[in-house]
Amino acid sequence: MGLAALVLSSVPALAHDMAGMEMSGMEMPGMAVSGVNGGDGKKPAGSRQAAAVSHVSGKVARHPAPERGVPVSRSRPVSYIGGIQPVMDHMLYAHAILDEFEARYNGRGGAFRYDGQGWYGTDYDKLWIKSEGTVGRNGRFGDGDHEILYDRAVSRYFDVQTGVRLDIDNGPVRPWGAVGIQGLALYFFDLEATAYFSDRGAAGRLQGSYDILLTNRLILQPQAELNFYSGADRARGVGRGFSEFDTGLRLRYEWFRKLAPYIGITYSGQAGQAADIARRQNSVVRDVVVTFGLRAWF
Amino acid sequence: MMYSFPGRGALSRRRFVTGAAAMGVAGSFCRADAAALTAVPERAASRFSLSVESVPVVIGGRRAMATGINGSMPAPTLRWREGDTVEIAVTNRLDETTSLHWHGIRLPAEMDGVPGLSFAGIRPGETFTYRFPVRQNGTYWYHSHSGMQEQTGLYGALVIDPAEGPVRTAERDYVLVLSDWTDADPEQIVSNLKFQSDYYNFRQRTVGTFVRDAAREGLRATVRDRLRWGAMNMAPTDISDVSGIIYTYLMNGQPPETGWTGLFRPGERVRLRVINAASMTLFDVRIPGLVMQVVSADGREVEPVPVDEFRIGPAETYDVIVRPEGAGPWTVFVQSEDRTGYARGTLAVRPGALGPVPPMDPRPLRTMVDMGMGGMDAGHAGMDMGHDSGHRGAKASGDMSDAMPGMDHGGGHMAQMEMPDSMPQAMKDGRTAGRSLREGVEVQSVAMMPRDRSGEPGAGLEGNGRRCLTYADLRATRAGNDPRPPSREITLHLTGNMQRFIWGFDGKKFSEAEPVRLSAGERVRFILINDTMMEHPIHLHGFWSELENGQGAFRPYKHTLTVKPGERLSYLVTADVPGLWAYHCHLLYHMEVGMFRTVVVS
Repeated sequence: MGLAALVLSSVPALAHDMAGMEMSGMEMPGMAVSGVNGGDGKKPAGSRQAAAVSHVSGKVARHPAPERGVPVSRSRPVSYIGGIQPVMDHMLYAHAILDEFEARYNGRGGAFRYDGQGWYGTDYDKLWIKSEGTVGRNGRFGDGDHEILYDRAVSRYFDVQTGVRLDIDNGPVRPWGAVGIQGLALYFFDLEATAYFSDRGAAGRLQGSYDILLTNRLILQPQAELNFYSGADRARGVGRGFSEFDTGLRLRYEWFRKLAPYIGITYSGQAGQAADIARRQNSVVRDVVVTFGLRAWF
Repeated sequence: MMYSFPGRGALSRRRFVTGAAAMGVAGSFCRADAAALTAVPERAASRFSLSVESVPVVIGGRRAMATGINGSMPAPTLRWREGDTVEIAVTNRLDETTSLHWHGIRLPAEMDGVPGLSFAGIRPGETFTYRFPVRQNGTYWYHSHSGMQEQTGLYGALVIDPAEGPVRTAERDYVLVLSDWTDADPEQIVSNLKFQSDYYNFRQRTVGTFVRDAAREGLRATVRDRLRWGAMNMAPTDISDVSGIIYTYLMNGQPPETGWTGLFRPGERVRLRVINAASMTLFDVRIPGLVMQVVSADGREVEPVPVDEFRIGPAETYDVIVRPEGAGPWTVFVQSEDRTGYARGTLAVRPGALGPVPPMDPRPLRTMVDMGMGGMDAGHAGMDMGHDSGHRGAKASGDMSDAMPGMDHGGGHMAQMEMPDSMPQAMKDGRTAGRSLREGVEVQSVAMMPRDRSGEPGAGLEGNGRRCLTYADLRATRAGNDPRPPSREITLHLTGNMQRFIWGFDGKKFSEAEPVRLSAGERVRFILINDTMMEHPIHLHGFWSELENGQGAFRPYKHTLTVKPGERLSYLVTADVPGLWAYHCHLLYHMEVGMFRTVVVS
């Protein structure tokens, strides 16, 4: 992911911009400042003693009211010997997951699809990248949707994400501004809801999935992605209103947590106005196909 | 630097084990076998030279590099004498900074071995000499306080003889250093948990257990149960963050296939000094067929308690005495709390004998009591039978009182504690929690009804037909030496978000929080409320934690207190040594991600 590497290198600057950003109105007012510090932008390797991340005492915006007897001293901060933090609880982590990396087949031919995301950052602030796309039976790269987002943890299970989305594939390029949420809805539903804006109007995407554990390694995952647009974009085959959907039922085996082959069936296509556009172009409107692929993360 | 055994490490290790137990190793060490070095030395010494280095090990047939001392993992057992001044020269032969912390030892702050708080750590190639007077006796341990070195093997036992001479309560004296070994990279473990908190849990409830439970409990009850846990995005199967999937549980460095062996002659008393040096594992210890007399907890003598089994949290120590009449062999069976594995030892009359290994007990399940929704019938924790206690929700029924047998809160604390109904205190704490703590990024849940659980042996041990040790059983043999009432109370909530793998106190990680400040000489009461659904062994460096467990002036002095989920417990501290001290959860990865506070005594 050349793009990812490029973007990653800009993380400290991004994180720095966000430092001290007042997120009041979020769930934890006392936690408004997480003490973001990009440090040198690298996860300190090996020795944990390096004082790579600065202490944030004194930066906390609002301290909760002291409970009875709790000593809250606003006097001098503790000076640690050699500037060494006894624990490093503000580390940068990087992960990426390919949820879908799959071949889709039916009687008329095949397609390849991928859908993945990756993040880099701290518990509170992350750079978040999403990318998906489909290479159809005609060899065309379509549905290419790539997003670069700043992600902020705001509640127990949800993050707020803001950034840009670029539709880059064999069709015309479209840029969007993006704002959304991602997290774990109750009952362990994975949920992403994002709104997009551009001079062409607005769009929305809803994504959800759920893991049904048949056994601790054999997992059945229903998944759905729905796309909405405020206006048609015929060049991209997009219709007004509910435009496209991509749903699947995948059965994966977690051989390793990080590498799970799967088989499944997917049902995807266009709806409403987009379906009409597809019909006019003699494209397939809706398709049920057999799918197999790999789910992988690191 | 690496020291490799000549190609037959496993064989020589195993062979050595058998005879090692009878051997003692004196104050100065040569490179030798781990099992030999973990034996209690014959005599106490006061000067030591320790080399922290990479040590090749073969565990479960796999070669790996551990972090050890003088060629040994676990590190050698050091035997000191109360009243001596010990001098320990520690040379760092790793390529990263190291440190040794003397766990539970009362000493000047600069000798405590915590980088940043006590000193700057020991850089590669450097030697740091610890020197301090020993003013206590009993069983303790020492370990690295740098990064993840504790997970990779840098821990060893301390045995301190009383000033008046070695304890003569048993003919045999062994240390049992329990640990959780993995050849996975500890940094990777944390990273995995940050991404997927149930990464190491392969015992989650499935469609299969749903069907089984529905058949047993009825469909409605099962659905209701699943919905209740789902509505919290929590899993009752969440017992240990890291499991036997990657851990091999060791006793004195020996994996369970053969385990460790201690020799005895029938009729002899055998003292076992059990030390939990694991990074992330609570253990349940028993010797089927033998009654264990618990005679010491965290190095301090207690009135003997006969038990069949006891739970030991990370960093705790218990001394037990057994007296096998028959030849055995007797198996020392040490299950991890989540029942994904065990460590094993054997008490035998001759080397090489192995006793039977009992089947693993059912694994525990978390309950609504663990969720801090007390008011349930005490003494009924969940078992893996598809049934939780706690179906009655957070109803404030009156049976809190039986969960609080004669709770003692010393020195005129809280008149209302004397009232027959002890609910008000719990509710008060609950309200306190509700006011100052809210659910959020770092707080997955807040215990609304925390309660005293000192009379409970712990999840998975309830109702197993054995006599299990509880904290309420611990009674010191001597009255406490500071009769002053506490001048104030410090209430700390143990908080976390399992989904994000963030842990802390009062909803804050170390880096976001103010230190806890105490005045030198101050007597304070710490009140801990565990809002999470996991146990947390909380360790205050430098001072005794005098557990208020209903034993009045004879409250046990501990250095590490395992706080159960949904529990409220309190202890007294005399902050009589100035300096910067560490205060943290002794689950290594909880500490590393923020469940840590600096305590400033000035």
